[in-house]
Amino acid sequence: MTIKATVISEIEQIANQHHKILAPLTDDAILLNTGLDSLCFAVLVTRLEDRLGVDPFSTSDDMIFPVTLGDFVRVYENAAR
Amino acid sequence: MQHVEAARRLRHYLEARQPAERFLHGAICSVALAELRSGTSLGGHREELDGRSVLLAARDQLPAALALIELDGIARRVVLCPPDLATEHLPEIAANAQVDAIVSDRDAADFANLEIPLHIRATSAIRPAAAPSGDRRTIWLLLTSGTTGAPKLVSHDVASLSAPIKPVHEVPLWGTFYDIRRYGGLQIFFRALIGGGSLILSSAGEPTADHIARLARHQVTHLSGTPSHWRRALMSPTLRAIAPSFVRLSGEIADQAILDNLRAVFPRASIGHAYASTEAGVAFEVNDGLAGFPARFVSVDRGEVDLKIEDGSLRLRSSRTASSYVGRDAPALRDNDGFVDTGDMVELRGDRYYFVGRKGGIINVGGQKVHPEEVEAAINRHPAVWASLVRARKNPITGAIVAADVVLKDSSIHDGDTTAQTEREIIALCRQNVAPHKVPAMIRFVPSLNVSETGKLLRHGPS
Repeated sequence: MTIKATVISEIEQIANQHHKILAPLTDDAILLNTGLDSLCFAVLVTRLEDRLGVDPFSTSDDMIFPVTLGDFVRVYENAAR
Repeated sequence: MQHVEAARRLRHYLEARQPAERFLHGAICSVALAELRSGTSLGGHREELDGRSVLLAARDQLPAALALIELDGIARRVVLCPPDLATEHLPEIAANAQVDAIVSDRDAADFANLEIPLHIRATSAIRPAAAPSGDRRTIWLLLTSGTTGAPKLVSHDVASLSAPIKPVHEVPLWGTFYDIRRYGGLQIFFRALIGGGSLILSSAGEPTADHIARLARHQVTHLSGTPSHWRRALMSPTLRAIAPSFVRLSGEIADQAILDNLRAVFPRASIGHAYASTEAGVAFEVNDGLAGFPARFVSVDRGEVDLKIEDGSLRLRSSRTASSYVGRDAPALRDNDGFVDTGDMVELRGDRYYFVGRKGGIINVGGQKVHPEEVEAAINRHPAVWASLVRARKNPITGAIVAADVVLKDSSIHDGDTTAQTEREIIALCRQNVAPHKVPAMIRFVPSLNVSETGKLLRHGPS
């Protein structure tokens, strides 16, 4: 599974568990408008750490918070390199 | 001089600076504070609330804010209910606070089971009325989560709530991501009122982008929230539409990453983090841009706030702390020397102290406390579970998140499909029984848990 597919599958699963309705998950989707709240993002980052073995938000000091889904996936792709 | 200050009622602060230019901005409408000087938001029922113990349970923050100003000096007690308070806790809260009146923007039918004789509607519409004259020392009861069951009631008054506030030169236009019915938000409400400024209220369920757009439209100058609030704001493409000169974080540990990120977005702002809790009040502010706090802050009898560290936890004594917990079987809030144990564990590294977690394994998820025992009780209801340990796991979005180690009764189950199914069932069970932020984000099945010699689960700090 690609990193992008992993991210999207986790987002869908978390939205389902938290009873959130998701907006279309395109690359330019604004993360805050996807339907996930802060708690969902927190769960997402934890689950991705377990699945991908990286938490780019905690390991990088000069981390800039991602705005779009495409940014978010790129952060993980860069961290996994 | 201090005596005069202590005797002030909230309405007296309506006179500060330019009353006609001061507002409370809600999501739907704004109210000029000057209107309250000779007006009422309680539909002319103010007198009936004289000497009552009032449950203030409004959905919207604007009517709640207006009612707070009006009730201070009139009511004997005001219980500040945050909007997400579970209704199942209301009977116990009402009994402990001896509530005999409800002020709410909700229908009386919503509270019928409480059998409170007086229900007065809180509104955002000001009607002309005589200036209020009550001079009672109203007790403000704030809620804080207990180990199990209903939240605890924490007793403050205007003197303890306003004690941390220093005079300011510029007129602040405050905004906050907090709800003003919580200590962090209430502090900002007081700062706006006492500082002669205005306040832009948040609104439950309002999208972050819309909230930031309102902050931008009103040209917010001072803005506060928890690190989790700020991380969310930093993910908003519209954050750069605002340019506050004063940025504050409180309610959770502010790490270096969040401080640096805010510095990058607001290069000219004064950025600081404050340490405060509902029980202990505001202890200190850290304004050097660094996480943790200088070791020299820990001192007794040298300033307004006494700080000491005992058994690794931070303890505070000042005029800003709450006076007590209220209710049947309420525990003591201060020790014999007047210190409040914050339960926050600190560690000295070099010449600074850093927060390392909570005593008793309490988990802080985005500023909201989680007692592990409550979540463990929910997990242990699952018929396949033998025992569980709920712990904090560090998280870059909410500071910490709930994780659980679970021992199954049949430890021979290693089949991935079966455990995945059990995990889903446990999470579903938790979702039915505890608040969303308390539901474990992940579950790890383990063969056993560490138990101390006294038979207690061994709890550790964040992993």
